[in-house]
Amino acid sequence: MQSDQELKHFRAELREWLEANCPAEMRGGEPSEASVCWGGKSFEFESDAQRVWMERAASKGYTVPTWPVEYGGAGMNRAQEKIFIEEMDRIEARSPLQSFGIWMLGPALLHFGTHEQKLHYLPPIARGEIRWCQGYSEPGAGSDLASVQTKGEDKGDHWLVNGQKIWTSYADKADWIFALIRTDRDAPKHKGISFLLIDMEDEGVETRPIKLISGASVFCETFFTNVQVPKEQIVGDENRGWDVAKYLLTHEREMISGGGQGLSGGRALGAVLNESLAEGQEMDTVLRADAMRCEVDALAIGLTLERYKDQAEAGTGAGDASAMLKYMGTELNMQRHELLMAAGGSDALEWDGPLGNRPADWLRTKANSIEGGTSEVMLSIISRRVLGLPG
Amino acid sequence: MLADAARGFLDKSAPVKAFRDLRDAGQTHDAKMWKEMAAMGWAGVLVPESAGGVDMGHAAAGVLAHEMGKTLVVSPFLSTAVIAATALRHVSDARAEAALAKIASGDATYALAVDETSKFNPDATAMTATAEGNGFRLTGKKTFVVDGALADRLLVLAKTDNGLTLFDIPADRAGITRNAQNMIDARDSARIDFDNVEATGDDVLGQVDDAMTVLKPAIEAGQAALAAEMAGVAAGAFGMTVGYLKERKQFGTLIGTFQALQHRAAHLWCEIEVTASAVLHAGRKLDEDPENATMAVSLAKARATSTARLAVQEGVQMHGGIGMTDAFDIGFYMKRARVGAEWLGDYGYHANQVAKHRGF
Repeated sequence: MQSDQELKHFRAELREWLEANCPAEMRGGEPSEASVCWGGKSFEFESDAQRVWMERAASKGYTVPTWPVEYGGAGMNRAQEKIFIEEMDRIEARSPLQSFGIWMLGPALLHFGTHEQKLHYLPPIARGEIRWCQGYSEPGAGSDLASVQTKGEDKGDHWLVNGQKIWTSYADKADWIFALIRTDRDAPKHKGISFLLIDMEDEGVETRPIKLISGASVFCETFFTNVQVPKEQIVGDENRGWDVAKYLLTHEREMISGGGQGLSGGRALGAVLNESLAEGQEMDTVLRADAMRCEVDALAIGLTLERYKDQAEAGTGAGDASAMLKYMGTELNMQRHELLMAAGGSDALEWDGPLGNRPADWLRTKANSIEGGTSEVMLSIISRRVLGLPG
Repeated sequence: MLADAARGFLDKSAPVKAFRDLRDAGQTHDAKMWKEMAAMGWAGVLVPESAGGVDMGHAAAGVLAHEMGKTLVVSPFLSTAVIAATALRHVSDARAEAALAKIASGDATYALAVDETSKFNPDATAMTATAEGNGFRLTGKKTFVVDGALADRLLVLAKTDNGLTLFDIPADRAGITRNAQNMIDARDSARIDFDNVEATGDDVLGQVDDAMTVLKPAIEAGQAALAAEMAGVAAGAFGMTVGYLKERKQFGTLIGTFQALQHRAAHLWCEIEVTASAVLHAGRKLDEDPENATMAVSLAKARATSTARLAVQEGVQMHGGIGMTDAFDIGFYMKRARVGAEWLGDYGYHANQVAKHRGF
């Protein structure tokens, strides 16, 4: 624990660095799916400022502030991370880099990976060089995730992987995939799964985007045909991949809930709504009341995320409560986008119209209560594991 | 730790059964229990050590209120130990110090007389305190004065020449008529008439025409503690309900196996968890940065109000017919939650406060 004096100094230095290094174009604005910096080999930066901001932040470890320095992070503790978030919010800085590598694989590797794996895989994530996607769901394994059928046959020095994944977000833009592969077909379904890391450039990996209601194709189908995956590319023990998967899911759920600032911004909803109203128009009573409720809930859910992060540093992670964070955060985000659409009126009905990505972002949120475990699955988890209600 | 200690005492001395017995006896106050609470330091939770208190702060007061809410404890804790103590702390004179000492020892109870209509709105106070000689004459009506029928003293908000002024007067002063109301939650609340009641300059808390310097922090402390109590009411109702799901059988099986009920219960738990964060935050903010706690407090009160409402509604629904009977406790929670919803500002009042602070 540092003294107040040290934290004050930390804040002052950070503030100075941010002022000097965060480009003006990377400040302010309602975060949108389209303005996210995802990194990766094929990523097209929307501007020079976006690239510069990512590179500068990465050079200080600020893309992954809490990761250890040797793995590309800034080694911040919880108190420092809070200051970091506050100072980023203060200048309304955009997140310099977001990715599934940061939100999901990183925490899982930090927990289950070997030192060599961490050194090999984490720094490129932190620098935005390698973009990861998640190969979990399959056509026959949605909410019932543990029934994955994509198989990996033991061939001595490698696994021979065959099968199909679906809903692999951004697989067409990703460089690597972390995937759940069945490596023991005879074991009970949770016990025969391994967690493998696969290079998307390997022969036999094919990916096809799925066009969605938003017009975008964030989700893909990914096919594996006789893909050879070296044995060292397993995280955790063979056939114990479900442990890694579950651990990663708790992080994914916290991320989706808003903890990764991936889907919800920190700005007051009312202010954003006011901006979208036509000139001279006032928020009607019902919209204002809905906005107030949404704002009250958003602030309280934000405090809840912080409370669980505090507990996590004290050694007790959110665990099963991540299901609560996911459920509450996503339902809120969907509500928020409904209100944004209502405030936008007919201006929000045009693709690339006066309100830009608003309709596409709104439609994108409809997946929030499905991806990473549906709202109903979250409620079932809570009911069984937290409340102890009978099966 | 504090919560466990409080729980230990309350489970023994103040289970819901104690409230039921009190109600059945037509009582709204248990003087003996308040003395015991004072002996444990609860009455002095916000009183400085110099005046015999334990000075543990608002977060700790919230922990106590939360535990009391769980079993519907009836006590003057909020009115006296939280609201009056906070007001008196914002007045630094020997008289206030003596008054604080009497609060800590359990020898004086207070009630806050602010409301004049059916909704909380201190700024619209119409009751007058007319200057006369060196003092004032108070005339007007107050309503929904929680703990008002039995309190020893009243904190009264009235209009003076150039603003609002807060008075601290004994409840038995000439010209005061207290009418105890038969409340749905079976607690003490009064309508009070003030007919030309004499008040001296010494009866003014803080400065004339400047009630809010003293009253605003007191009200905010009360709102935060009430939010904690209501979160406790929600938790108490929820605990009963989940317990019932695990023992009640229908269609030959425990009703807790039905997914429809599981999901309702799980959703309610989520709401309770989120509200707990807002309540915790409000208490800490009052301790660390009281000047800027308004939004945090309103957030807590708004969330606690809606969560308690949901908890009692779901509680009765999931108990089924038996939840509608007076013999069963869940109805007590429903009535307590409704009274708490109105006291010191309802959901709309506090949601508006939050919106105002968030710029819309």
